[in-house]
Amino acid sequence: MADVIKKATRESYGEALRDLAEEYKDLVVLDADLAAATKTGIFKKAYPDRFFDCGIAEANMMGVAAGLAACGKIPFASTFAMFAAGRAYEIVRNSIGYPHLNVKIGATHAGISVGEDGATHQCNEDIALMRTIPGMTIINPCDDVEAKAAVKAALDFNGPVYMRFGRLAVPVVNDAASYKFELGKGVVMKDGKDVTIVATGLMVNEAIEAAKALEADGISARVVNIHTIKPLDKELIAKCAKETGLIVTAEEHSIIGGLGSAVAEAVTESCPVKVVKIGVNDEFGHSGPAVDLLKEFGLSAENIAKTVKANITK
Amino acid sequence: MDAKIKKELQKTACKVRMGVIEGTYNAKSGHPGGSLSISDTLTYLYYSKMNVDAKAPENADRDRFVLSKGHTAPALYSVLALKGFFPEEEIKSLRHIGALLQGHPCIHIPGVDMSSGSLGQGISAACGMALAGKLDNKSYKVYTILGDGEIEEGQVWEAAMFASHYDLDNLVAIVDNNGLQIDGPVTEVCSPEPITDKFAAFGWHVITMDAHDFDSIEAAFAEADTVKGKPVAIIQKSVKGKGVSFMENQVGWHGTAPNKEQYEQAMAELSAQLKELED
Repeated sequence: MADVIKKATRESYGEALRDLAEEYKDLVVLDADLAAATKTGIFKKAYPDRFFDCGIAEANMMGVAAGLAACGKIPFASTFAMFAAGRAYEIVRNSIGYPHLNVKIGATHAGISVGEDGATHQCNEDIALMRTIPGMTIINPCDDVEAKAAVKAALDFNGPVYMRFGRLAVPVVNDAASYKFELGKGVVMKDGKDVTIVATGLMVNEAIEAAKALEADGISARVVNIHTIKPLDKELIAKCAKETGLIVTAEEHSIIGGLGSAVAEAVTESCPVKVVKIGVNDEFGHSGPAVDLLKEFGLSAENIAKTVKANITK
Repeated sequence: MDAKIKKELQKTACKVRMGVIEGTYNAKSGHPGGSLSISDTLTYLYYSKMNVDAKAPENADRDRFVLSKGHTAPALYSVLALKGFFPEEEIKSLRHIGALLQGHPCIHIPGVDMSSGSLGQGISAACGMALAGKLDNKSYKVYTILGDGEIEEGQVWEAAMFASHYDLDNLVAIVDNNGLQIDGPVTEVCSPEPITDKFAAFGWHVITMDAHDFDSIEAAFAEADTVKGKPVAIIQKSVKGKGVSFMENQVGWHGTAPNKEQYEQAMAELSAQLKELED
């Protein structure tokens, strides 16, 4: 087996900002004293005049981004998911969402894979929070290739976009040369007829691995990558529900309000089938190495396969 | 200030106040007290200071205005209607279902540069607008009005730090120091004083003015224009409910609409003031 290339999507974020800055003259980047961690430092190094550190003041950063966007700039407000969606929620809602301003929020260090920093910094609620804001687009890319494409798609889209990136280096599952990103469209990564595993972010790779394991056991699992959680590709979800029945969702986020909830809400309206959600259960995380935490919280190919087997009725 | 110009501004401010009463009366809700305390300043900004044109509300070179104390939208709407950004009739449907004029400023209303009203947020947006002006080498200025109660919000001081750090001398923040907030006098609720010292400590150039004296207002904004390298805070001493005798300095008129009798009395008082100015 060839060596798997691994890269954290926060790294992809910083590189994409740098690489797109020449083409998009109105692109500016804001950060809240985390440029080294969010990787906007990569942009800062190349374009210091278009980078603005707001200090440890996320609420103001979101408002400044709103004002910049109101004057035609395309600001990328960057910080950890905990502070972007959590601390600054109400500013994102009222100063960015309500006026529907062209602000891009780059939220890094999402989910439990923050690791050792522990529960205070492990944001498992951001998708749920952002989903409730009318007109907010939410993208949760699964790898380096998709993350870079997502940044470009966000730039080409006029309106607020919440982008979710991870701290942990994850396998690159997409082929850079042939990859095409379509906002709001789910991607069938692998076809199958017995069950659909709907995954997002770093769980896409786990879902692919789970499908391979299930194949060996005679279960044909379809894998769908939902990079755009809002607006959700409801057509594809309904199609999968009709064709495979059982749906298992997998996300590095609370099982309350995230991808699993969105998928369940969609199928109850179109084609009710059993939806089993894999994610962080209604509990806080804790400190530990990211890889171990993912395993402990059931965010693994192994648990996906186990869950499929426990729920499949064929 | 030229006496004739001053009289015209006073007359306009009187009409702005009538719009505040008209709007809140018809809405059966809203915030007349703090709207009346900023009416003279708004009149000065829109009639003597800011480069804005109702025929080109989106002009990229225009001066910007953000009503950070967004609950006093009736005053802003009243000025914008008089300036012709939308028909004056709209004032009567303020806060009604399907109306153009929302309870708090909304960016989709002609002439409104930013949605606001959740306190502490407008000043941050104003900072962003000022920064954009710097980046684009534009000469426009950004004005924002905050309440003295509003500055209890921590975000205001995040913004104050930011504006100073980035030398936003194209930003003027006016603090409407009428001394009253919903729960009582600001000094009793959770005192934001000393306001001037706080802004000075955050690196702002601070000016004080009498919010109901156009000579004082003109002098303050003229001084603001001379400041380089720092944002400007104008702390305006004002009277909540100014212009309507029974509303003046009464905390109860923060967020209460006049009933029919009170509406008629307020309009009669303002009409008399206007008539006196016209004579």
